[in-house]
Amino acid sequence: MSEHRVGDLIRMTAADLASAIHGGQVSAVEVTQAHLDRIADVDPAIHAFLHISVDGALAAARAVDESLAAGERPASPLAGVPLALKDIVVQKGVPTTAGSKILEGWRPPYDATVTTRLLDAGVVILGKTNLDEFAMGSSTENSAYGPTRNPWDLDRIPGGSGGGSAAALAAFEAPLAIGTDTGGSIRQPAALTGTVGAKPTYGGVSRFGVIAMASSLDQVGPCARTVLDTALLHEVIAGHDPRDSTSIPQPAPQVVDAVRRGQAEDLSGLRVGVVKQLRGSGYQPGVVASFDAAVAAMTRLGAEVVEVDCPHFAYGLAAYYLIMPSEVSSNLARFDAMRYGLRLGDDGEASAEAVMTATRGRGFGAEVKRRIILGTYALSAGYYDAYYGSAQKVRTLISRDFASAFASADVLVSPSSPVTAFGLGEKVDDPMAMYLNDLATIPGSLAGIPAMSVPSGLAGDTGLPVGLQVMAPALGEAVMYRVAATFEADYIARNGGIVARSAPELDGVR
Amino acid sequence: MNTPDPSDPVTPDGVSHVFLTPADVAHLAHLSRLELTAAEVEVYVGQLSGILDSVAEVSRVATGDIVPTTHAVPLSNVYRDDVIRPGLTHAEALDQAPAQSEGRFRVPQILGEEQ
Repeated sequence: MSEHRVGDLIRMTAADLASAIHGGQVSAVEVTQAHLDRIADVDPAIHAFLHISVDGALAAARAVDESLAAGERPASPLAGVPLALKDIVVQKGVPTTAGSKILEGWRPPYDATVTTRLLDAGVVILGKTNLDEFAMGSSTENSAYGPTRNPWDLDRIPGGSGGGSAAALAAFEAPLAIGTDTGGSIRQPAALTGTVGAKPTYGGVSRFGVIAMASSLDQVGPCARTVLDTALLHEVIAGHDPRDSTSIPQPAPQVVDAVRRGQAEDLSGLRVGVVKQLRGSGYQPGVVASFDAAVAAMTRLGAEVVEVDCPHFAYGLAAYYLIMPSEVSSNLARFDAMRYGLRLGDDGEASAEAVMTATRGRGFGAEVKRRIILGTYALSAGYYDAYYGSAQKVRTLISRDFASAFASADVLVSPSSPVTAFGLGEKVDDPMAMYLNDLATIPGSLAGIPAMSVPSGLAGDTGLPVGLQVMAPALGEAVMYRVAATFEADYIARNGGIVARSAPELDGVR
Repeated sequence: MNTPDPSDPVTPDGVSHVFLTPADVAHLAHLSRLELTAAEVEVYVGQLSGILDSVAEVSRVATGDIVPTTHAVPLSNVYRDDVIRPGLTHAEALDQAPAQSEGRFRVPQILGEEQ
């Protein structure tokens, strides 16, 4: 083995791993094996993964090593780097559950476009990560396969729905991960685990092969421990896909260049808008203090900080919890026990309808059924205009609030989550309390704008990570990444490293 | 269902009141093809009424002249080239079927005896 110890390999950034692999200092197989060993060590305690693709990962890594040994150029800037794939993105022949019993044991017959792009880029897929069932939740406790634990405190949740992907990063089980974000499922787990996650502009990344939750909101995005790694992954997965008719017909945004610029420059000439409605009531004091310190840092870095007023954000949560369940009730009708997935009660006598009803009733978990029923109600004749129709109008009002805010600011900032990681079981019996976790992320989801979470430090009151949300206008990924990169570089300069480096070592957690 | 006025879930006092009964929840579950236990119905009656109460506030600001937004980044008339691509093979399509027979999906009877 090379000069790199295994302990170093798992703590390196994806960018550094790639340059070591491409420069021949370490092999992709060594890097992959180091991460598989780490998963074997800590995942029994963390439970970030639902499936670990040992053979597939090592074979993919070997292929990268062979291609480099043959003198070929790396397939991408991330060739040979391992990644954790959220288990709602299909990979051919690899078990995909979406965190639901209804898909237990299902092996998809095709690859999602995101999966294809990762494989073509030489990215090594380590396995599939845990999530709230069909990505419905903010704590990963709604997974039918048990919760994921937060590496910062094993008695706390890692956020959700992408808790598995975020925990895998914070536990140094993978340097890269894929998330999906409908109302905050990339950004809130990133905030709660001290990692980085970006929700691209709606339509920025293909959803072909991503199991649908709420189609007018769902978006796939990159997650990592640093802004640069997140940007490198963003460029691999983004860009037009004719197989997703909502895919934006434009090339992927040049976010890596934006990060390099952000790292080299300060924020002079940039206007940063603080959203009046996204702090204060409902926000934990330690989160607000970290956010205020972040705004002060951006001011020191030369940004012109302005306060912006977005009065209709107050209605965002209500609109979201009408639009999303309505689309859920429609999308999840496809799980009918006929062509794939679970089938219960098929005794030769029962009708198709009885089998379907039994399978869905017992195969879906409590939150999924709650949302299907809610959506069925909201779409009922006589209620459609008052509920779904009104919610769609609120969406217009929120987009107008954003438009007026972006007239006076280049990016908007807020806390990514109103609270730091809470205890397992604390909110499971109170759906409304759970829904409030997405207070800050939902407006951006409804407007379809790009938004990301970058760690702003540890909360003074809980000692747990806090995320800064940076939002930009549609297709404004470059300025979003630039600001996040400048903020992160300044944080590193002041604190000696990224937030995730302070995460517990987890040695001997088994 | 027991909403005071379906077209306006917000009553004149400005407070929304949506009450679902167990029969409402059972009916919605039937429409959604979800088998629920009596205990589940009981829990959902309370939770869903609470959630609907909270979300009904959207109708307070959604006045008639506002154009609804259906998608964040609207696209229309999306076309792609009509290129032949291989689909799933017969075996691949059937591979994950819960039940199959004679090279086809085997499904429970669609019509009951009395139908």
